Amino acid sequence: MASQTSTPLEYSTHQNEMTILGFWIFLGAEIVLFATLFAGYFVLENGVADGPTLKDILMMKDVLIETFLLLTSSFTMGLALHQMRQNNLKGMLIFTVITLLLGAGFMYMEINEFIHYVHEGVTMQTSAFGSALFTLLGTHGVHVTLGIGWVILLIIQLVRRGITPVTSRKFFIVSLYWHFLDVIWIFIFTFVYLKGALM
Amino acid sequence: MKKQSMFPLNHVLGFVLSIALTVGAVFIVYQTDFSASVKMNIIGTLAIFQALIQLIMFMHITEGKSGGINIINIAYAIFLAIVVVAGSIWVLTTGHAAM
Repeated sequence: MASQTSTPLEYSTHQNEMTILGFWIFLGAEIVLFATLFAGYFVLENGVADGPTLKDILMMKDVLIETFLLLTSSFTMGLALHQMRQNNLKGMLIFTVITLLLGAGFMYMEINEFIHYVHEGVTMQTSAFGSALFTLLGTHGVHVTLGIGWVILLIIQLVRRGITPVTSRKFFIVSLYWHFLDVIWIFIFTFVYLKGALM
Repeated sequence: MKKQSMFPLNHVLGFVLSIALTVGAVFIVYQTDFSASVKMNIIGTLAIFQALIQLIMFMHITEGKSGGINIINIAYAIFLAIVVVAGSIWVLTTGHAAM
């Protein structure tokens, strides 16, 4: 039984430790990637070219639902990792599947939101604001979609191989990725949506 | 055996705090009478706290032998992010004012 005091399984080999460090460095680069997209959005958000502004098209209720879906999925991903460290494969898989469903719910809401924006007359071609908004939100959405695919592949591996040093390292890394997407969403929620509602 | 599993206190605490900070930010935007810039400063600060909660309580940034390197790496990435965002806004808005 893995106890909480010993080194977690995912850190058990030097190779694993280096892989996890490498993923943290990748996340550092991701922070910079999203920083450039945020910078683009902040510079262009007033360039609406006589089209609708974010305040005109914003559906705060839907955005809040998206926020809580993603926030909760980040939490259940944490619980899945906690189950992994208890060496409980079944509990781990249950929480991972819940995470996936919440992530899929988030994507469903976000695609609906995009369709709503297009119906309201804001596309990537409408204005500088539209381009910057869809690029920022779309890049985050693509990350979530890739994350969902990644987690599905890992579930297959976990079912086949169980919790090993390799699968636990892979799962730890995907959990880092998932939490990171939630961190980005916090900033999108605050500096795009809430700011848009204030303008 | 499995029943002995420790309660994931950090995760539950982090989740409750995240929800509270999100609801708090929405409350400040829609239910208070502060000026827009004061509201932005408050909710911006709340967002940073929430990101830190994710990093520390969910992502265990300080864990493992490379914990120190992790923090330096992420701190540097955040520094770059601030330079890119603040720098772009600064350069482009002052450019407009001068035109």
